[in-house]
Amino acid sequence: MKATNENIDPKKPASTKKDEMVIHAKGIRVGFVDNEVLKNITFDLKRGENMVVLGKSGSGKSVTIQCIVGLLKPDAGDLTVFGENVAEMNDDELKQLRMKIGFLFQSGALYDSMTVRENLEFPLTRVLKLTDQQDIDKRVEEVLDGVGLLEAIDKLPSDLSGGMRKRVGLARTMIVKPEIMLYDEPTTGLDPVTSREISELILNMQKKYKTSSIIITHDMECARITADRIVIMDDGEYIAEGSYKELQKSDNKIVKSFFSETI
Amino acid sequence: MAEQAITGWRKWAEDIGEQCVFFTRFFRNIFTGGFEWSEFVRQCYEIGYRSMMLVGITSFIMGLVLVVQLHPSIVALGAESMLPKTLAVSFIREIGPVITAIICAGKIASSIGAELGSMKVTEQIDAMEVSGANPLQYLVVTRILATSLTVPLLAVIGDVIGLLGGFLALNITDNISLSLYFHKCIASLDFSDFLPAVVKTIFFGFAIGFVGCYKGYHSNKGTESVGIAANSAVVTASLWIFVIDAIAVQITSLLFYK
Repeated sequence: MKATNENIDPKKPASTKKDEMVIHAKGIRVGFVDNEVLKNITFDLKRGENMVVLGKSGSGKSVTIQCIVGLLKPDAGDLTVFGENVAEMNDDELKQLRMKIGFLFQSGALYDSMTVRENLEFPLTRVLKLTDQQDIDKRVEEVLDGVGLLEAIDKLPSDLSGGMRKRVGLARTMIVKPEIMLYDEPTTGLDPVTSREISELILNMQKKYKTSSIIITHDMECARITADRIVIMDDGEYIAEGSYKELQKSDNKIVKSFFSETI
Repeated sequence: MAEQAITGWRKWAEDIGEQCVFFTRFFRNIFTGGFEWSEFVRQCYEIGYRSMMLVGITSFIMGLVLVVQLHPSIVALGAESMLPKTLAVSFIREIGPVITAIICAGKIASSIGAELGSMKVTEQIDAMEVSGANPLQYLVVTRILATSLTVPLLAVIGDVIGLLGGFLALNITDNISLSLYFHKCIASLDFSDFLPAVVKTIFFGFAIGFVGCYKGYHSNKGTESVGIAANSAVVTASLWIFVIDAIAVQITSLLFYK
């Protein structure tokens, strides 16, 4: 079915059925020159579910979520988000879809010429087109308070630590209240204590805003804290799927290698 | 060897194609959605106001040097009184706009290329895009329009300061008042000297902004590519300035100096 602006209107409340699929991917293939990065990937994401994708660097994890937001187009296969095929969307339709998806980049990707306040105001004024400054201020302060960084509101990203940047990045994506959150290695480059704090924050945010999430990581502690379901990727393919406890008992060599590091 | 050459030409052709697409997207984005006025004003300040000192100093020195160099030859011809006119015509028509544009290519195109390049590397542009905002409207349209507006203004300011430099040099050897000097300069100029020069600086400004934005926006991921984007922006913008100048002089000759 061709996507239209009407049927992916961000103001229109989505169905709240618990088992509803928000993302459905079937037979996704993505290749760059001679290298096939994703080979026949199939998965579903249910509403309210936290799915963790584990895998070594270069296994195609990030490419998967880039396809979901339309930054990359699959060479083959069907990828539907809220029932609409992403590959068939035009720019306007893609924009409407992206308003319902939050994407936390590995680095936080804060706009470094803007203060924390301006970073958070940016999606409100440019995407949601809010004009009431009091409403904007209230939302900014509320979401910053949620990530525990209200005191950093007028700081520049260059004045923040790596963990603080990720928190602000998370606040910036959460401020538009997305229905799906995509996290690209949210704990990479952080110390274990901060990694744990970020993982717990992801879980709290998911509960507070009732989002469905895909978390790309190779941090087992993050996976343990956040995952309802874990998918393990290797060389562009999904090789195992299950809960943390189920996968811990797996006989698969690659799956074992992930869990052996945490023992 | 032949294969490398073919690959090189193919990449060049692809690059031209991408530039055409970028150009189309830029124009489409001027007229769609809300215009980013606050960012446009900020860019005019960053690009225009902050380049004024550099353009002023360079133009002043150019005017001064030009008079010092021309003076002996003009005196030998017995046409000393023609010096303000010679300087005014050459500065307003050619030297002022081109010097200003080259200075701006070095300062502005490189800074835009590096800024957008580093935004690309640190995924800030991707973050804007996936949030549903329009990075082209916010980053590209504002910068290109700001350079198209401020470079002509800088060129006019540079012209005036360059003539002041010429006055200083002339006043060292000859005793001439400022009012007489400027009277001679202005009397020697007419509309056809001023208008084409201003019009071509709009195109210079556009080329500087466009090349800077294109190189930065399309830089590869990796810190090295930021330097490459900045360097490539300066080289390409400078080249475009001379190409536009060559075309502009032909058109001006056809229209005004038959």
